[in-house]
Amino acid sequence: MSENLLEVRDLTITPAGAEAPVLHDVSLSLSPGERVGLIGESGSGKSLTAQAVMGLLPEELRSDGTVSLQGFAGNILEAKEKTLARMRSDLASMVFQEPMSALNPLMRIGDQIAEVLRIHGDVARRDIPGRVLDLLTSVHMPAPESARYAYPHQMSGGQRQRVMLAIALANSPRLLICDEPTTALDVTVQKHMLELITERVSAVQAGLLFITHDLAVVAEVCERVIVMYAGRIVETGSVKQIFTDPQHEYTRGLLASSDLEATDAHRKLFSLKTARSYAGPIDEAEPAAATGPVVADEPGDVRVPTDVREPVPTSAGEAHEAVHSPPLIDVSGVSKHFRSGGLLLRRRSPVRALDDISFSVASGQRLGIVGESGSGKSTILNILSGLDRPTSGHVRVGDIRVESASSSALRTLREDLQIVFQDPFASLDPRMRVEDIVSEPLIARGMARDERLSRVQEMLLAVDLDTKAMRRYPHQFSGGQRQRISIARALVTRPQILVADEPVSALDVSVRAQVLNLLTDLVDDYALTLLFVSHDLGVVKHLCSDVIVMKDGHIVESGSTEDIYAHPREDYTRSLIAATPSLAGALASAP
Amino acid sequence: MITYVANRAIQFVLALIVASVVVFALMSLLPGNAAQVALGTNATPEAVAALEAQYGLDQPPLIRYFNWVVGMLTGNFGTSYVTGAAITPVIVGSVQVTGILVIAAIILAIIIAVPLGTFAALEQRNWIGVTISALSQIGIAVPNFLAAIILVIVFSLTLGWFPSQGWMAPVEGLGGFLSRLVLPVVSLALVQAAILTRYVRSAVLDVMREDYIRTARAKGLTRTKALFVHGLRNAAIPVITVAGVQLATLLVGAVIIEQIFVIPGIGSALVRAVANRDLVTVQGVVMVLVFLVLIINLIVDVLVPVVDPRIRNAS
Amino acid sequence: MSGNPSITSAGGTTTDQRRRTKLRLNASMVIGAVLILLIVALALVSFVWTPYDPSAVDPVARLQSSSTEHLLGTDKFGRDTLTWIMYGARITLMVGIVAVGIAVLIGTPIGIIAAVFAQYPWGVWLSAVIMRANDILLAFPALLLAIVFAAVFSPGTGPAMVAVGIAAIPGFARVARSGTMQVLGSEYVRAAKASNRSAPAIAIVHVLPNIASMVIVQASVAFAISVLAEAGLSFLGLGTQAPVPSWGRMLQESQQFLSTQPELALWPGLFIALAVLGFNLFGDGLRDRFDPKMEARGNV
Repeated sequence: MSENLLEVRDLTITPAGAEAPVLHDVSLSLSPGERVGLIGESGSGKSLTAQAVMGLLPEELRSDGTVSLQGFAGNILEAKEKTLARMRSDLASMVFQEPMSALNPLMRIGDQIAEVLRIHGDVARRDIPGRVLDLLTSVHMPAPESARYAYPHQMSGGQRQRVMLAIALANSPRLLICDEPTTALDVTVQKHMLELITERVSAVQAGLLFITHDLAVVAEVCERVIVMYAGRIVETGSVKQIFTDPQHEYTRGLLASSDLEATDAHRKLFSLKTARSYAGPIDEAEPAAATGPVVADEPGDVRVPTDVREPVPTSAGEAHEAVHSPPLIDVSGVSKHFRSGGLLLRRRSPVRALDDISFSVASGQRLGIVGESGSGKSTILNILSGLDRPTSGHVRVGDIRVESASSSALRTLREDLQIVFQDPFASLDPRMRVEDIVSEPLIARGMARDERLSRVQEMLLAVDLDTKAMRRYPHQFSGGQRQRISIARALVTRPQILVADEPVSALDVSVRAQVLNLLTDLVDDYALTLLFVSHDLGVVKHLCSDVIVMKDGHIVESGSTEDIYAHPREDYTRSLIAATPSLAGALASAP
Repeated sequence: MITYVANRAIQFVLALIVASVVVFALMSLLPGNAAQVALGTNATPEAVAALEAQYGLDQPPLIRYFNWVVGMLTGNFGTSYVTGAAITPVIVGSVQVTGILVIAAIILAIIIAVPLGTFAALEQRNWIGVTISALSQIGIAVPNFLAAIILVIVFSLTLGWFPSQGWMAPVEGLGGFLSRLVLPVVSLALVQAAILTRYVRSAVLDVMREDYIRTARAKGLTRTKALFVHGLRNAAIPVITVAGVQLATLLVGAVIIEQIFVIPGIGSALVRAVANRDLVTVQGVVMVLVFLVLIINLIVDVLVPVVDPRIRNAS
Repeated sequence: MSGNPSITSAGGTTTDQRRRTKLRLNASMVIGAVLILLIVALALVSFVWTPYDPSAVDPVARLQSSSTEHLLGTDKFGRDTLTWIMYGARITLMVGIVAVGIAVLIGTPIGIIAAVFAQYPWGVWLSAVIMRANDILLAFPALLLAIVFAAVFSPGTGPAMVAVGIAAIPGFARVARSGTMQVLGSEYVRAAKASNRSAPAIAIVHVLPNIASMVIVQASVAFAISVLAEAGLSFLGLGTQAPVPSWGRMLQESQQFLSTQPELALWPGLFIALAVLGFNLFGDGLRDRFDPKMEARGNV
């Protein structure tokens, strides 16, 4: 057809039995060696597009259009499985999102790499073991010699993704497709993986189609960006073009709500609605003009907080003045060891989830707890809320000594301290109505039904949900709405302390901004002390006045957010900040 | 792996001890003792006392339990109060017969079910996959004794291909042994094959949705080949467990088939002992059956980590 | 936006109706339900009407095939087979209801308790002991337990029902335990704990509704198994005793006439199979409805 490596024309995908397509007339092309990012939120159709290119669409989906690949005769959408199988990994390869399940759990790593070499037969049988070793070395696998004999469950997520990349590039394909390859990884691991992908793709001179929801990530890896929304391509352009001069309203919205550095006139994060006034990512080196108080008569349908009950100290500086009074939360020398063991014959050394943790939180303070997986940040929350007891150390919340609290003291504690959980799909009982879910904390207090319902109504309005929601079930709501329900439940008892456990990490970027804005409003309105646990430094930086950085059950460092971000004292904090993708940083390094 | 196996072995021994206590207690707590039951309600108290003394029934329960267990461990299940004959030879002989029957049946069931279930999963959207599913659902509903009766009517009474009943040991004549084996084994296997087919189908369907099958296809294997190279071994893990449960159920479940075909298996021995009110024999046979069921469970527990390195490395 | 409660509840009702109609019936469930209703109808009608008296002996009309007088023929004493089938349905259902009742009422709480105990440091051992005891019970298949009961007590419908019920306990305990563990490990239970709900309140409000579907599916399957077990025991002469009509014994008695009157084996065999098929299909249909993973499989 042309000299393009990949040419997709009018790709339309319709589920069996459905009228409406989920992918509408998608057309895109890739020249040889080009690196293109395909970006969109959940349900945008970006993964379906990639699967169509690989000929891996689920059987129950009907596809129309043409997909042609350099070196492949005919339309991939109409090719037989046998022909497609020969093409896959020879012309085009794919790395998937979920490193935990993408490898066969019963087969050694080396055998799984050797298999892809054997299938295509380009390498002589006796050369295969050596080639496997080369491939493992090329993806910088630690101890590649012994890694060959490991099973997938013996490796970390990052190592498995390295193996996946080694498999994908084993036969030097012309095109590599990566479907959210780093989404399930910690940020520091993600950084290495992205560098590795870039390095290997240029080494074998392959084209790259990189699928992600994260604009900052795409800027680090790609030259050109394709933006998808609701099954259509809305915009295409170079990274610079998309970032500095987005044409489509959605692109601008996505960009604005991804940028946690920028806020609007009301010091709120931009959402899809308010994105019109977004000025674009600002390099950290420049003075942060957008974060200061700007003109208040900015146009746009910005939500104005109407019901500010009592003025409370919100900014970092004011919060620090409150420290003179005794802290609201005091954690000293807390350790938590988990003993794993069965009924018989099984004793292992305890796992130290927390090791001698001390910190305190003043009333009205907003404290962020940042760390990667396994850092112990969730264990702290469990101990603070009395859901788990520390192995040693003292925890005081208000007047209550949590580690030795009686059940009635714990009850009082929980009226003052409420939690918003991470997964909006798992934290609401699927068989309960919203009114019962939100009123659950009030039932435990023995409040009368009428009063409960009026409190629930009031709370739902406060989180911008219609009161019609009361009689519905959780499955009738989107992820963002469910998280609002979860917040309503947490605040219905009017607690002093709100603990949020990764409340936005399962949400799409545009929804994330709305939920974060809501949280900010509510923390102000209800004069809450906020403990915000997250793996995402950007979110914590936006929301919190102070921060604790954790790693492997220890506190690495702590201090005011601005201070830590500007002058990190510890190497780990520095590497964490460096690894966190930011729009401004990405733009600065974009080609 | 070693700790895992040791762990299972200890659980096995504990289960065996508890089960033996339960069986013994059930048999001893009878209204009226075993001697009374054996001799019938018309027996004179003197006759009962004599029998009690003869078999040591007048000793305290703990001693009797101890003697019973020690006897079994040394291969002596005692003597029947009813026939006066040693029980061990009866048990050994009948376990062999039932063993042949049941193992042949489960092998046949696996041979039928694995390809059929895999095929049904691969073709789940075609009429052929749906037909296999429907047939297996009907197969499960047919009790094995009904299957046996139908097979006898068709292949024995009408076509005259196989004898309708009887048993012959392999040493007495291989032809006679095999021809008498066919109908009982098939009637046992058909129902189990139907059950197993459904499990294989659902295990294969589960596996085909796994990410590693998609990875295998991305590596250049066709859907079918990816299933064969990567899927079947993964699907085998739940299927092994189910087949183990089936084998255990068959041991006792074969009793009805043994009755229909007049086969001297362990089930027949048990039913005869129950009919004769021969409680010592019942007690021994039940214990042997429980032992075999527990052994099968143990074997399955040890087989699974052989296939699955995740369990192997867990401890 | 309105806070008026009446408007709110009106809006709620419509969404509820939409939800209810959305729950499609699937083929397995419909066929299963029809078969179950057929057996139930036979049993209920037998209380008010049967073609003949079940004990009415007619030496002239013995071993007949289907006719207008005897729709399903007659047995060796000339008794009407349809009448016996109708009476047999009663025993089949009664055994199923009692056995499954025993298993549900004992097994489900055991499973829930084992799961709840496992959460506390002091309860881990207790929970493990309960489940080990459960495993040991699993070493006594229904048929073996029933034979032991027949030996210890006298053979009859009562001991058979109880034995089949006891043998089914481990199944329910396992289902209830794994379901409860899942629910207790969920974030919504963490949220409930953080909301000060007591352990019994959590068990009633969150655990029971969420494991109910699994228990119902298990009950349907256990019912099918108990129908089979009763028929098998009666076939062996260790279940329902003469002269009470039972499908299993009808089948057993038909054996001596296999070459002369195979129809005698056909009818009880057919009805046993239909009853088992009915409960199995109904259980399958329910599982598809309740288990989203299975539902997705059925849909696509």
